[in-house]
Amino acid sequence: MKAPPFAYHDPRSRDDLIGLLAELENAKLLAGGQSLVPMLNFRVVAPDHLIDINRIPDLAGIRLSADDVVLGAMTRQCDLHASADLAATAPIIRQALAHVGHFQTRSRGTIGGSCCHLDPAAELPALCALLDAEFDVAGPNGARIVKGGDWFKGYLESALEEREYLQSIRLRRWPAGHGYGFSEYARRRGDFAIAGAGALLEFAEDARIGRAAIVVFGVEPAPIRLVEAERMLVGQTFSEALLAEVAAQASALDAMADVHVSAAYRRRLAGVVTRRALAEAARPAREAV
Amino acid sequence: MSTRYFGAAVPRLEDPRLLTGRGTYVDDVVLPGMLHAVFLRSSVAHGRVRNLDPSAALSMPGVRAVYAMADFAGFGSGPMPAMAPHPLLKSPVTCSPLAVDEVRYVGEAIAMVLADSRAEAEDALAAIELDIEHLPVVANARQGVADGAPRAHSGRESNVIATLRGSHGNVDAVFAAAAHRFSETFEIHRGGCHAMECRGVVAAPEPRSGELSLWTSSQSPYMVRRHLATYLGRDEVDIRVTAPDVGGGFGPKANVYPEEFAVALAALACGRPVKWIEDRQEHFLATTQQRDQFWSLEVACDATGRMLGVRGHCIHDNGAYAPYGLILPATALASFPGPYALAAFDLSIDVVLTNLVPTSPVRGAGRPNAAFVLERLADTVARRLNLPREEVRRRSFVRAEQMPYVTGGKMRDGSPVAYDSGDYAKALSLVLDKIDASGFARRRADAAARGRLLGLGFASCVEDTGLGPFEGASVRVTPAGKVVVATGAASQGQGHATTLAQIAADALGVDLSQVTIKPADSRIFPLGISTIASRVAVTAGSSVEIAARKVRDKAIKVAAHMLEAGEHDLEIENGQVRVVGVPDMNVPLSTIARVLSGSAGVPIPAGVEPDLAATGYFEANQLAFAYGSQACEVEIDPETGDTRITRYVVAHDCGRLINPLIVDGQIRGGVVHGIGNALFEHMRHDEAGQPLTATYADYLLPGAAEMPDIEIHHIETPSPRNPIGAKGAGEGGTIPAAACVISAIQDALGPEAPFVTMHPLSPEQIVEWIDKTRK
Repeated sequence: MKAPPFAYHDPRSRDDLIGLLAELENAKLLAGGQSLVPMLNFRVVAPDHLIDINRIPDLAGIRLSADDVVLGAMTRQCDLHASADLAATAPIIRQALAHVGHFQTRSRGTIGGSCCHLDPAAELPALCALLDAEFDVAGPNGARIVKGGDWFKGYLESALEEREYLQSIRLRRWPAGHGYGFSEYARRRGDFAIAGAGALLEFAEDARIGRAAIVVFGVEPAPIRLVEAERMLVGQTFSEALLAEVAAQASALDAMADVHVSAAYRRRLAGVVTRRALAEAARPAREAV
Repeated sequence: MSTRYFGAAVPRLEDPRLLTGRGTYVDDVVLPGMLHAVFLRSSVAHGRVRNLDPSAALSMPGVRAVYAMADFAGFGSGPMPAMAPHPLLKSPVTCSPLAVDEVRYVGEAIAMVLADSRAEAEDALAAIELDIEHLPVVANARQGVADGAPRAHSGRESNVIATLRGSHGNVDAVFAAAAHRFSETFEIHRGGCHAMECRGVVAAPEPRSGELSLWTSSQSPYMVRRHLATYLGRDEVDIRVTAPDVGGGFGPKANVYPEEFAVALAALACGRPVKWIEDRQEHFLATTQQRDQFWSLEVACDATGRMLGVRGHCIHDNGAYAPYGLILPATALASFPGPYALAAFDLSIDVVLTNLVPTSPVRGAGRPNAAFVLERLADTVARRLNLPREEVRRRSFVRAEQMPYVTGGKMRDGSPVAYDSGDYAKALSLVLDKIDASGFARRRADAAARGRLLGLGFASCVEDTGLGPFEGASVRVTPAGKVVVATGAASQGQGHATTLAQIAADALGVDLSQVTIKPADSRIFPLGISTIASRVAVTAGSSVEIAARKVRDKAIKVAAHMLEAGEHDLEIENGQVRVVGVPDMNVPLSTIARVLSGSAGVPIPAGVEPDLAATGYFEANQLAFAYGSQACEVEIDPETGDTRITRYVVAHDCGRLINPLIVDGQIRGGVVHGIGNALFEHMRHDEAGQPLTATYADYLLPGAAEMPDIEIHHIETPSPRNPIGAKGAGEGGTIPAAACVISAIQDALGPEAPFVTMHPLSPEQIVEWIDKTRK
């Protein structure tokens, strides 16, 4: 299990990186390496060039403004987990990160790497879907913004073009006091979830739901927002019946089967984790009553 | 004899070295001119090699050679020798070091590349042109016994290579007279053992002496030497085999492997040292596993639920070859009747070849399988007769006053099995007491209020330990007063350097820091068998005791001469032989050792052989039977099927404990293996015999977060069958664990759920049963 031969590059600036992306054929970007390095060692990928972007300054960092949060693509998962600002602004991120791999892998793994690799069960891309992320990408032909759902093209497939790299991810802030909930089921701690869900709720003065966002991941080839359920929830007062209705929508997703679980079991779990995440997100409303 | 160390929880002496990276594992062996080997392995489960063309690979950078079996002509040829011949196995069913013509499992080695680095050798693998004709595949044992099944080996008459039978008493009469008879079928799956260190071999021909040196990550270095010597047509003395530090064995490393031979042959063929370090992917494909057994059983009991007899049949998946003979199914068979006093039993096992990687013992060997079916049968009786599960067991156990108890079973040499000592009912009562079985109903109600299903399970076992014929030991006091112990019993992390040192230190009256245990090395100690079958404490431990006492007697004899005192007035304390009550009259062991080391022209005491040293071979001709009970609680989330083990209690009797810290570690690790078998580990193959779970993302080993605290209670009934009163402790944790967990899951699911007859259980399976029960 040794990687096949490749040429190694470690650019020190964004310009150098863009130069390499313009010039090199069959290149792969190395971020935290928590997926790419095992894939190299299994020889399931065989790039001619490996471009290590760990030494480019300013690709990592957490910046908060009034409306949004900008996360540098090379921000480590452990730094996201440790950020008090982020925990105060978008507490669901810290909650979800506890499920991302293990302490050791989080110290290397990056949000950008996770969003570009796009494992269907990865938590961070799911949170990006939930928080209406905008992906800021750049390449030899300039920079562009990829909005929300357009990023998720399919199984292990993002909207990133071959000669582009991801610079940062902009997430929308929700107002202070919003309800949030996250639930996933994996066989073992740190495993990729069989199914997971995240939910955000904003409540009006009269405890009616003002805004809702729900994402389900690990079930279809890419994380998916329950758009219909979100629309249906707005203006409603929270109830068990509502929960059941949303869970039923999650259970109706086109679930994948694999060597471990059937599609039917995955659909069942989708309903369970969605209900649990949403019930947790509704806690501020219930506590207010 | 003082007992300062025997029984004390001494921290492991080897740990500072191993934990600070100062161990010497096979991969740490680096020799001048050494080449790195990788194996070209079959990608199909059954096929015939039509063409192998290495020419493109040979021209790649760093590549020195590509070998197939034919290239070893003149050094060795033919199939590997059988490690454990069995009368029912008329000819060995073993593979060649590299496959010749037919390949019979995915992962079977066909050719090897030698290159300057491992990476270059791997690069070259893809350039070898290999054409394999596909042959029909036997992908599981039940398929293998079906009418018209393809043959796992072309040309074999049948896939069944042997049918083992074990019986005792008049089973038909017992069943005819019994008040009740119940039938069940069982499917038991176990995976591999997944030691932290994969396998690895370095072979080095010594050009001047003509000797061949081998370093191998093995439980059986002396077996490797013996069989390799036979294969190469050499004398054993011309082959040196060392098991250096080894990072876990757990059974699979007890085999003599084709790669060990191939690396040795390659080193001889190219005249340079060759290293092969197995990677984890190869470990999944080519290291032996255990796998499926399918049991159809019937149990007879009286009106009170006392079990009287068991009969039935098993289909055993032995994989593509039988490198370890029939040891695995034979061990399953020999594990009956377990802790139960059965009037009769009659069991047979069909040993079936499949096109999957060969099987061989994995921690517990077939014993966990036997324990699982016996414990499930006990639960069947309880369920059908509406009796408490513990009552069925209490009525059926061999009782303490029946010891030694002749079971009716037979040892491998045909002699009767007789349990030596113990109180089986006491162990069960102890775990039920410690887990607070009487408070369980309240805990279950609390869990139900949280929407969770709580279950209590328990299981018992008896384990034959200390398998003969011997492991020897030599003990030598150096002129500096150090005690050096050598044995052929290789350590894979069991703490031999501590436990054997404890025994020697006590016998010789020296401080533990003065004792060194040498690694298993055929140039240091002449003979060895294997570190298997929970046998080293009993065999090597007793031999160290015997050898050390001989040294002690010799030291006292010489000291008596030097001090002009009677031998009976002497004792050894702090490394000095001294006159009892007159500590100033003493002579250090170092002085005696120096005298016995000799100086030119200076006579040594008359009637004493030179060297303050002795060798001991304890003849282990009777097994020591350990036993125990385990109890656990599981909590099930009925929505997801998630099953967490929340409490785990073990009662275990392995006789006199040499070191409780080490025994606790053995038991805890053993239980974890059993939990893995019950809930997580599943080596899946598709219909074409392709492994589907050959990475740690897909093959689920239990992790630290999934483990409960494991509470351990020892019962110490010394075995009367060896001088130190020990019984083996290596496998007792594993043997009843899967049965214990499954019993708890059954209890959680309730009496309406189907009777659980298999493992591992997935959460998906569990919710299916819950749904069925609730409908």
